[in-house]
Amino acid sequence: MLKKRIVPAIDVLDDKAVKYVQFRNPTIIGDPAELGRKYAEDGADELIYLDTTASLKNQELKYEWIRRVAEEVYIPFSVIGGVRTIDDFRLLLRAGADKVGVNSAAVQRPELLNEAAAIFGKQCVVLGLDAMPIMREDGSIERWEVYTHSGHENSGRDVVEWAQEAADRGAGEIICTSIHKDGMKTGYDVELIRLLSEKVSIPIIASGGAGKLEHISEVFIEANADAALVASMIHYGHYTIPEIKAHLREYSIPVR
Amino acid sequence: MIGILDYGAGNMHSVEKAIKKLGYPSIRIEDGTCTEEIDQLILPGVGHAEQAMIQLEERGLIPYIQRKVEEGTPLLGICLGMQLLLEKSDEGNTRGLGLLKGTVPYFDDTKLKVPHMGWNAVKDAKQHFLLKDLPEASDFYFVHSYFAAPTSSVDIIGLTDYGDEFASAIGNDYVMGVQFHPEKSGEAGLKLLDNFCRYAKKKVTSC
Repeated sequence: MLKKRIVPAIDVLDDKAVKYVQFRNPTIIGDPAELGRKYAEDGADELIYLDTTASLKNQELKYEWIRRVAEEVYIPFSVIGGVRTIDDFRLLLRAGADKVGVNSAAVQRPELLNEAAAIFGKQCVVLGLDAMPIMREDGSIERWEVYTHSGHENSGRDVVEWAQEAADRGAGEIICTSIHKDGMKTGYDVELIRLLSEKVSIPIIASGGAGKLEHISEVFIEANADAALVASMIHYGHYTIPEIKAHLREYSIPVR
Repeated sequence: MIGILDYGAGNMHSVEKAIKKLGYPSIRIEDGTCTEEIDQLILPGVGHAEQAMIQLEERGLIPYIQRKVEEGTPLLGICLGMQLLLEKSDEGNTRGLGLLKGTVPYFDDTKLKVPHMGWNAVKDAKQHFLLKDLPEASDFYFVHSYFAAPTSSVDIIGLTDYGDEFASAIGNDYVMGVQFHPEKSGEAGLKLLDNFCRYAKKKVTSC
């Protein structure tokens, strides 16, 4: 039976692993490769590096830390952030990333997904999808819309439609972050993840909102997510990956 | 010396790194003219079966692999590299190397999420040395849409459940392959690669 995956997300700025406090003021928490190796040894099933390096002058630095991750980590890892072209895909894969995530650039030019899948294969094309709910007057959720540029711009696109289109075009899996849940520690957006799991034929990684163990079992049981992204829960030392997995086993959720 | 067949496959570098970490010397074999003494061969692979066969052909690696296998050099195929060991693949409707009997069909995507992506257990089907000293039903990392269907159950080394059971490790003592990525499967994967390097021995052929 296919196992449910626990996927630590590590923010990277220049070539350091960082933590953001309220989306700003990055503090260094270590080296991307060392942190990745530690989580892999702890039983992480996969790693996601969110590269927040904005400056172009630090591009070469980026490939250097990715190469080090590839040297030290023997589980799959994705790199997401700032990917715009097929050349970006090629350079990241060549540096050793197993998968490359694309977000805003795919919304702007969806053909990028077809091209990347044709050249590199679906298995390494990850769609990053940032979602925000659109409310009815009574406060219930009508639907979700896709946001781009780190959640700053509303593309106006329907999340489910975009996810289906992206899967048809060549995305191999989707990391769905609910912006309004991110950092809140009140649980994943179960309703949205359930909807995507039902309507989309590729694996869904739930992201945004995990604060305690029950949130993770909930997103697997209630929303049938394929994987759960964890960040502050483990970076701050509140929980460890073995604790998360032990909790999931108690609920008979298949884990490695 | 371990020869890693280099035909542009995406996972060649990670396989190379894993072998290096285990402490075995390896070289890349880029075309059919390689004369280096090789004890074991690894055929990595990610991507499209038809494209991979074209790449192997263009580099003259198909006759090289066939000659080495005839001489008794053990060969391990990984992921797409394993699928190429069989006679024919539905991906691009291409012929394979034909070193093992069987075909490579597509998963039923009306019933299952395809690709089969993530960690899944491999059950030992015949106590093959590849799975030696690994806990029963160890998990390995898979990413694939096609799977091996060997003609004879004798060629099944490991079985994995995805909808139905399929052969996730195949072959005999000399030609063998695994559908998953041992180079990305943590400790269990490194152990399997170590088993190949340690126990796969050249067949003694009579002249």
